Amino acid sequence: MRLTIRSKGEDPRAGALLADAHALGLTHVTAIDVADVVFFADELHGDHVAELETVLVDPLLQTGSWSVPLEGIETSLLPGVTDPAATAVQLAMATVGLPDVPVATGKHYVVHGPVSAVEQQSLARRLLANQVIERWAHAPIEPHFIDAHATADRTVDHVAIRDLDDDALMALSRERGLSLDLAELHAIAEHYRGVGREPTDVELETLAQTWSEHCSHKTFRARITAVDDDGTEVGEITPLLRQLRDSTDAINAPYVVSSFVGNAGIVSWVPGITLAVKAETHNHPSAIEPFGGSNTGVGGVIRDVMGAAHHPIAVTDILCFGPTDLPADQLPEGVLHPRLIESGVIAGVADYGNKIGLPNIAGAVLYDPGYVANPLVYAGCIGVASAAEPLPGPQPGDLVVVMGGRTGRDGLRGATFSSATMDATTGDVAGASVQIGDPIVEKLVIDAMAECHGLYTAVTDCGAGGLSSAVGEMAEGVGAEVDVTLAPLKYPGLRPWEIWLSEAQERMVFAVPPAQWPAMLAVCARHGVEATSLGTFTGDGVLRVRAGDLNVLELDTHFLHDGRPQRSMVATLPHPFRGLGTPPICADPAATLRELLAHPNIASKERVVRRYDHEIRGATVVRPLVGAEHDGHADGVVVAEPSDTHGFAVGIGVNPWFGLHDPERMAHAVVDEAVRNVVAVGADPDRAVLLDNFSWGDPRRPSTLGELAMAVQGCCHAAHRYGAPFVSGKDSLNNEYLGSDGQRHAVPPTLVITAMAHVPDADCTVTPDLRAAGNVLLQVGHTSVDFAGSHFELLYGTEGHGTVPAPLLDPLTRYRALHVAIREGRVQSCHDLSEGGLAVAVAEMAIAGRLGVRIGSLPHANPTAALFSETNGRFVVEVTPADLEWFVQNVPDTSVIGTVTDDGMVTFPGWSVSVADLVDAFTGSAS
Amino acid sequence: MTRPQAIVLAAPGTNRDHDVSFALGLAGAEPRIVLLAELLANPAVLRDAQMLVVAGGFSYADALGAGRMWSLELAHNVGDALTGFVAEGKPVIGICNGFQVLTRTGLLPGALGHNQSGSFQCEWVRLEAPASRCVWTRDLPSLECPIAHGEGRYVHPDPDALAAAGQVALRYEGHNPNGSLDDIAGVCDESGVVLGLMPHPENHVLPRQHPRRARGTAGGLGLTLFERGVAYARER
Repeated sequence: MRLTIRSKGEDPRAGALLADAHALGLTHVTAIDVADVVFFADELHGDHVAELETVLVDPLLQTGSWSVPLEGIETSLLPGVTDPAATAVQLAMATVGLPDVPVATGKHYVVHGPVSAVEQQSLARRLLANQVIERWAHAPIEPHFIDAHATADRTVDHVAIRDLDDDALMALSRERGLSLDLAELHAIAEHYRGVGREPTDVELETLAQTWSEHCSHKTFRARITAVDDDGTEVGEITPLLRQLRDSTDAINAPYVVSSFVGNAGIVSWVPGITLAVKAETHNHPSAIEPFGGSNTGVGGVIRDVMGAAHHPIAVTDILCFGPTDLPADQLPEGVLHPRLIESGVIAGVADYGNKIGLPNIAGAVLYDPGYVANPLVYAGCIGVASAAEPLPGPQPGDLVVVMGGRTGRDGLRGATFSSATMDATTGDVAGASVQIGDPIVEKLVIDAMAECHGLYTAVTDCGAGGLSSAVGEMAEGVGAEVDVTLAPLKYPGLRPWEIWLSEAQERMVFAVPPAQWPAMLAVCARHGVEATSLGTFTGDGVLRVRAGDLNVLELDTHFLHDGRPQRSMVATLPHPFRGLGTPPICADPAATLRELLAHPNIASKERVVRRYDHEIRGATVVRPLVGAEHDGHADGVVVAEPSDTHGFAVGIGVNPWFGLHDPERMAHAVVDEAVRNVVAVGADPDRAVLLDNFSWGDPRRPSTLGELAMAVQGCCHAAHRYGAPFVSGKDSLNNEYLGSDGQRHAVPPTLVITAMAHVPDADCTVTPDLRAAGNVLLQVGHTSVDFAGSHFELLYGTEGHGTVPAPLLDPLTRYRALHVAIREGRVQSCHDLSEGGLAVAVAEMAIAGRLGVRIGSLPHANPTAALFSETNGRFVVEVTPADLEWFVQNVPDTSVIGTVTDDGMVTFPGWSVSVADLVDAFTGSAS
Repeated sequence: MTRPQAIVLAAPGTNRDHDVSFALGLAGAEPRIVLLAELLANPAVLRDAQMLVVAGGFSYADALGAGRMWSLELAHNVGDALTGFVAEGKPVIGICNGFQVLTRTGLLPGALGHNQSGSFQCEWVRLEAPASRCVWTRDLPSLECPIAHGEGRYVHPDPDALAAAGQVALRYEGHNPNGSLDDIAGVCDESGVVLGLMPHPENHVLPRQHPRRARGTAGGLGLTLFERGVAYARER
């Protein structure tokens, strides 16, 4: 039997569904009704039915119906997909004393308007059901209930690999989705010839996961040969990861506690306190199931910080989408519309962060046609800990403990999936790779971990590769023996390799001395968190996995972690234009300014930011939205605990359009942007650290690898120049789509730099909103003719007007002087110059402060360059007339450009626009 | 002066328990976070407390509607202890998810539906306290604090009667963020000791936490509300 629950009045989901249907080209749909359905496997008798209805239906808000509808479209979850709503119904039934019956949930839709049957089906397929996790049917749908009596198939297969020839090896890799190359397959075959047997399926899958691009960073560790355009070898490039590590070692910053080891970078600016910081990508999963993909991306990066034994305190997100107004007929086959990806991804990020109770403090949203088939989702997390002795690592005899969520078939083979190219069938075949998040479980694990200090010797998160990666990593050098059948399961019937490789979320693995195990169990019981011992760390360096009595895996951990042959790769280096440019002509700068402010990349992101809780914990001192009407974007954000006088700032740098022209200069520019953003809000430029996140195309194409290599080189030089070491990073490669036309479409080179820096005085921060008429505006920094990849160029398609901005020779002197000015309270407001240049920066300050501006003198002889060029290292600063002399004398490269007014106009030499018009353009409220 | 003992109740998914504990400490109370499981195992913990806070968050992930699961647990297991606490005249406050829970248990009138916008919203609001029976908002100057919720639209079959009974404790001033009936942001029970509100005064207990502090246009501290409740618990 089934209960359909409808909202009284319009359901809040209906409006969005209708807009989405229109965006898919079905403009004659007039309304879509939506209702929730709860299915019960067994009949309930009368009293129970009435009681159940009072539990599930709120009479002030909803109506319930037990009749079976014969019209409409219904969806339900595919078998194996976690159904938290069904679990909640069962819990509620148990609470009020109703019988325990299997429950499933689904949705009921009715589409209104002159819509044909074919169009109904199209809507069901493309909008109402995400076929990666749901199926649809004409009402009434028959749901799938979990089979609580399935029996496990505890078999293990041996895979013949020792005697295969090259073709057969590659065929094996393809058939099993291993994403291994020939050299790696040879290494495995060779190893098993030495062992004297064939590998088990569990061993082969474990090796594929551990050796995947996602887990082992083959490209960043590869030996790279640089070649000329004609193929002549011109030199060797130091492995990319080593370059980044070497640059951090060379900077030798005293506040870096740990970099490029473990799950996150760790810094300490205040004695006794450390901060862990990490950013990750979750691109492929978000492309096929936007909500689940971004949701678990956030959950995963939070676990990275927990895996560094830090308590999470904030999250960040950077999102890249295709144009949301893309005509439906231009959508590649098998790809979700950017509008649906955008709404799903944002909802997923919001859901996880809001529910787990972490403020989402910083981010960016970018739009470009290059992201239509491959959206990018970067999620970051920051955590705090009392500085203590580092964890010693697993000791022989310690228990292998898994804590948190249960194991199901979620996300099988996620690591190898994320290392492959997508095509039109990806959504169909990769369904099992999608993970489902449960932020409340992760919240409980965080709470439990906060009380487990001293009870464990090592911890790591279960991410890509599941237990195979987590236990495999921890067992490196020490060895472990586990029985996978001891792992708590969501439902029975999983095979050993499925348990071992499942990417079910919200699980952490600990090494626990047996003497501490009862104490840890007591903490977990108090918080309602499951913790289970699967085995022990042994000390013999061998990883052994059993399923009951059956041995399913025995691997030397040295071979598992060091047996992969170093990849040899070839790069052709780019030849970016580095000459002098002439500025483009701008006939109507006022119109250009309005167009820039309305550009999706520059326009207000308030509708996104408001979906995220940035207030929880009461520590977000500079919020992402600031100013008189809380609708201006801050450059960076500042977090300071309510009980502290100091804090830290976070800034983001990203500019793929620079990357298309000149990847090396892009790297400099985005490092500058990230550092600029934290300095602009009041952080100390001498206490900054960086994270790198590369999302790139297939590096096996030499030109793509060459662009990546130049970006890494730019990062390292920039880190050195800013004295800001990289402490952690992650690369996501193969962000390509193989179109049905046979063409490969790669994302633009997208390097996201996250800067985090110490804010010595949390009461001394600055935002970009103008404060008072009569104050003086200055530009700090020089302007050059830099239009390559600029938003002016993006708007008008005028190429060839200058370069991507060159690296600054001495940014630190400038930034230190500005920091002193901020610390001394001499800066009223400050905004960095980025996309759209000076004109956009001034307009954004006027919008945020709801004040006018009169610019009297432009900082470049050519007005177009002065207004719209995107040179690095520049700020607009508002000072009082009394501070002007001090500022000009003490901050280098400063020029007075104008004054703040209260006439409601932004006036440049020769033209002006009203602040109200600029607000309309920026917020999209213009009619 | 004695510090009244305040129990901050937290269910799985409650996430503003630490924020409200910090606020209560500043306001002069002695807060203690009590997990729902502990209360269910030992309802007597309520006896020693002078105040009760049902804290905000996403208990049980909002499954079946915000606050539903938590209210079922409370009503079916410790309903008598709760009504006894209220009958003794000890102040109770439910914030955000806590408000949703208290309406669903029947301790407060009305219900909270999805925001008019259809989605979660985080923004600052201004609140004013009309004359009411509520002990938490007596002579309360207007205050500013954030909202952070997806289901905060207050509904009630007879808002005029509610106002006439002195049970409308807080209204949104200037801007109603979620479509709440008659701008209602918070209501109290008939006795006035139980307050439920959607906004988060616990996130504005220090001047530094106000987003316009540097502009010189910061509004009233949310701390005042907790000070009223603590004063009432102390003097009762």
